[in-house]
Amino acid sequence: MNVVKILEKTGSFAENKDVARDIRQKEILPILEQGKTVTLDFVGVESTTQSFIHALISDILRKKGPGILERLLFKNCNETVQKLIKIVVVYMQETK
Amino acid sequence: MKLHIPNSAFLGNIEPFISSFDLSDQEKLEITSNEKWISVHPMVLSMLLSLGLSVGKKNVSFGELKAKSRPYLERMGLFKELGVDSGISIVEHEPSGRFIPLSRISDSEELTHFISEMVPLLHTDAEHSEPIKYVISELVRNVFEHSESSHGAIICAQFYKKSNRIAIGVADAGIGIKESIDVSHNPKNDMEAIRLALTPGVTGKTSRSGGTEFNAGAGLFFIKSIAKVNRDFFVMYSGSSLYKLLKTPQNKKIKLFPDPFSDRCTKREHLPYWKGTVVGMDISLDQHQDFDHLLDLIRNVYFEDIKKRKKEKIWRPRFV
Repeated sequence: MNVVKILEKTGSFAENKDVARDIRQKEILPILEQGKTVTLDFVGVESTTQSFIHALISDILRKKGPGILERLLFKNCNETVQKLIKIVVVYMQETK
Repeated sequence: MKLHIPNSAFLGNIEPFISSFDLSDQEKLEITSNEKWISVHPMVLSMLLSLGLSVGKKNVSFGELKAKSRPYLERMGLFKELGVDSGISIVEHEPSGRFIPLSRISDSEELTHFISEMVPLLHTDAEHSEPIKYVISELVRNVFEHSESSHGAIICAQFYKKSNRIAIGVADAGIGIKESIDVSHNPKNDMEAIRLALTPGVTGKTSRSGGTEFNAGAGLFFIKSIAKVNRDFFVMYSGSSLYKLLKTPQNKKIKLFPDPFSDRCTKREHLPYWKGTVVGMDISLDQHQDFDHLLDLIRNVYFEDIKKRKKEKIWRPRFV
């Protein structure tokens, strides 16, 4: 199982977009390119920003299409994090 | 330039302060102040420091400070940041729970550090600190990404116990919203540029709806929405224009609009030209709405019509 732990890179408030971009480019995309499934584990992340989630996943959704969500999973997200992910996911489909 | 710190300048009455700027000589900054009492929003302090850094510390002069409340300026770090000896001696209080002194944030790492250091100062619970951290992160990152400000973002905040409110001011002396957004859109003036900046899906980085991989063009809409949901003021001043979201009366139902001009607001043009952008915001802790509730409202206003317009399947994230 390919799991990317967000907390150890961001701390409990995940807001640094540069870090989000690094995670996307260096960790998420290489796994997806191999046709494998990747799980983003938000355990310990108390909050985040729309901008962070956008920098983390929007380019993946735009380039690979929303069907990639079959292989891009989200784990241990609290309510706030879940809502921000949902907003970004729907937003990217609206504006693709 | 001449700038007078008035008796009172908060978001509700900020316009007279801004209208009074004398920007005739851009090489120096002369600051005078009300003789009896000074009570100002952090936005004002952020602007003062931003202007001071722009002209250079050696070109800043203060008139005699007589107001009884002048130690406040010392405590907030204005003189220290400008390198001015105010001659005011104060008893340093522990800032915890009361204010965040003037700070200059220049890059992403500094911001992350600032936010982690700031949280204990606010002395609020997690529920209350969440929107504050959110606002500061988004506003300051906007400065990094769009302003081209050589001094970074200037920020300070104040907790007002009596009104149980936190006031935040962020200023930069960069290129301003119009020039930033001109790259990809074509606003006819500063007010239209502010309007675009507050509209979800619009970013200065691209003309494409939805933004780029790095900029969604939604950050300021979220921030304005936080103010709206909490029935607070939100002020944005750039170039010669000022937009102010007014407080939503208690008897009015909260409704978010993608177009900021549809909100209850005031718009002022032909003001003294601020080279850069300033944002002032209040967050009332009494009125505080659950952050998750805000996200529900944003999602509704932001994306409800997608269901109407899209015929194909809408994909949803999978939480495992």
